[in-house]
Amino acid sequence: MKRSFFGLAKPRFAYDSPDSVLTPERIPTPKKATIYYNRPYRRTDALLIKPGDAVKTGQKLSVYADDPGYAISPVTGAVAYVSAYQGDFGAACTAIHFDVAETEEIDDAFARAAGEATLETLKDYLAHIPGNPPLEALGEDFHPRAIVINAMDPDLLVLTNQQVARRNAALLTKGVSILKSIAHGAPVVVAMPKSLSRAAGGIGGASGAEARLIDDAYPAGLPVFVLKEVLGEVVPAGKTPLDIGVAVFTAEAVAGIAKAFETKQIPVTKTLTLIKKDLSQTMVEARIGTPLKDIFAICGVTLEDRDRIIIGGPMTGATIYSDEYPVGPDTDAVMAQDSGDVSLVSDQPCTNCGECVRICPANIAVNMLVRFCEARQYETAADEYDLRSCVECGLCTFVCPSRIPIFQYLRLAKYELNRLEEEMDKTAVEAETSAEETEETAEGTDA
Amino acid sequence: MPNQKKFIVSHAPFWHNGSNLSERSYHIMLAAVPAALFGVVQFGMPALGVLSLAISSAILWELAFNRVSRMPDSIGDGNAALIGLLLGMTLPATAPWWFVVVGTFVAIVVGKQIYGGIGGNPFNPVAVALAVLMLSWYKYLDVDVALINYSFDFPALYPMAAIKHFGPASVDSFTAADLLMGRQTGAIGATFGLGLILGGAYLMLRGFIRWEISLAFLAGVLITSGAFAANDPARFANPAIHLFSGYTLIGAFFLATDDSSSPTNFVPMLLYGLLGGVMTVLIRNIGAYVDGVILAILIINTINPLLDKIRPKALGKVA
Repeated sequence: MKRSFFGLAKPRFAYDSPDSVLTPERIPTPKKATIYYNRPYRRTDALLIKPGDAVKTGQKLSVYADDPGYAISPVTGAVAYVSAYQGDFGAACTAIHFDVAETEEIDDAFARAAGEATLETLKDYLAHIPGNPPLEALGEDFHPRAIVINAMDPDLLVLTNQQVARRNAALLTKGVSILKSIAHGAPVVVAMPKSLSRAAGGIGGASGAEARLIDDAYPAGLPVFVLKEVLGEVVPAGKTPLDIGVAVFTAEAVAGIAKAFETKQIPVTKTLTLIKKDLSQTMVEARIGTPLKDIFAICGVTLEDRDRIIIGGPMTGATIYSDEYPVGPDTDAVMAQDSGDVSLVSDQPCTNCGECVRICPANIAVNMLVRFCEARQYETAADEYDLRSCVECGLCTFVCPSRIPIFQYLRLAKYELNRLEEEMDKTAVEAETSAEETEETAEGTDA
Repeated sequence: MPNQKKFIVSHAPFWHNGSNLSERSYHIMLAAVPAALFGVVQFGMPALGVLSLAISSAILWELAFNRVSRMPDSIGDGNAALIGLLLGMTLPATAPWWFVVVGTFVAIVVGKQIYGGIGGNPFNPVAVALAVLMLSWYKYLDVDVALINYSFDFPALYPMAAIKHFGPASVDSFTAADLLMGRQTGAIGATFGLGLILGGAYLMLRGFIRWEISLAFLAGVLITSGAFAANDPARFANPAIHLFSGYTLIGAFFLATDDSSSPTNFVPMLLYGLLGGVMTVLIRNIGAYVDGVILAILIINTINPLLDKIRPKALGKVA
């Protein structure tokens, strides 16, 4: 992954896309499992699960009394303890740790509810299946303009979605029908890499989904470019696809939904791509909650001090500090990087060489943007230099000769900007309420 | 967790193409070597002395400024050495030592470091230094005076000055091939046209400079000088002289392309280069100065921030 000799040509990264099924390595159910439930941990009486509570595989766990959300136990056994976990950018989670029992029992609540595939059943049971379908974000009524099923993997070297789509064409077809029925017949488009085109007929055809082949050069697989290709429309900067009425599901999530209704069980096994130190890939099937060290041990990856463990791919992933970190429903890839290959950032200033500007797929003036972000002028960055247009592909940082952590600056800027806006909204609401209160008091006095 | 291994945690992306600042500086210096070497062969040891002094004093000024301002040493990025080399190449071989040292002081300290160092300078440091030297002690930059004691097997006549003072007929004896092969007088690193073109082509192909700027600059010179010459060949020299003598080539490939003071978007790069070429010929043909390249580059440096506002619409930008 070095700069090409002729610097005139932009680097072109082709997505890996083997035209065959890779047999996954099956990781046995772990002795201990952990899930991160995406609500902040509160040590209160509201916490409904206690150490020692028996759980069955696929059992719905209500975690807090005042929270309608739920977690799904991926194993059979008992709750060991509940703790706080903080992810990237202070994302607060409740970590639930399980001791796994010898024999597995499947919870039958879903089997009883799974007679008919309705939006309610989906939202009630399948929000945390492998592939993380965006069910929690959907309203009571689901009338999308279109549903896009992404069989592309956004990052380089990752094969998870395309392999799932290749292996489970029939399930995908069934999943498409289910989605169509709950979405009142909205059109469904399956976006897939070119290598899947031969398998495409099987996936799309029967259920009336349209198949669309996506270019194999990074970053065409990022959701925003997939949507641009599929809908011919760009999601406005700062908006999500759902904001413009498009629901994006990963192929794995759709296959998972279909499988749930076929087997009457909530899927708890995640398919993921293990990228080894030599950049070779192994497909892995592991129970959600499996600590990564189990996967490394079985697949023969040895990690030393100063190596790097990356959740996700090489361009957009996130590092973790411990190999105890569990497989989650959205862990599409795990990458091990040797300490010798670790690229470091520097504190050199931007020299305005413009490499980032010319490689940016979103046409952002990165050279200017990064200056404002470094100076924490987040509002100017957003208003004048298109911070919100950033698609988070990481290419600017890849080519930066000053080795500025541009990508991190931009992510931090977006995070800080969101916080700022939330605070401003809050102040506005408070001001409004206090104004109303004053008015009411005034009226009261009049009367 | 006593047995926990210590992994490196950092942010995406986890790959890098391996480029770095010193690589850029060293490749630009490498590309300048043919022209500089030719200057040394042509002008002898004094030229080598000027180049060596320029490079070393530039590095020392940078180090001194780093120490005084208590900033980390930045000479490792090679930019100071590059500035020294380029400044040396734009001086005549007989420039006195203090002239060179003052030049590198202006380039490094006034031209670059007071703006915050590499990447912060709004003007090309070499052009700033050269402009200051030109306005302060022109006689040391006057090629005809500087090279008075040299004898060459070609007319020892600085083409730029000759056109200015005696009209284009005085340079009729120079063919384009002569100029390209360095059979002309001038600054140490500015006479060997072919060497500069080869260096420039190398840099453009490797992507260390932006081809849009250099080619637009040369196009600007070519078009404007062509228009002048077509209009009144008796008063204005032909484009070949304008392209291949004076500071045109070193300016187009090495000075106008300075990262910090040039635009990054496609259209602005073309406009920036083109304007530089046009200004060069305007100053040469109807201005007061012998060579317009340095001042033209300072002018386009000035409008660079404004030019670079012309940019494509960002993805998904509303309104």
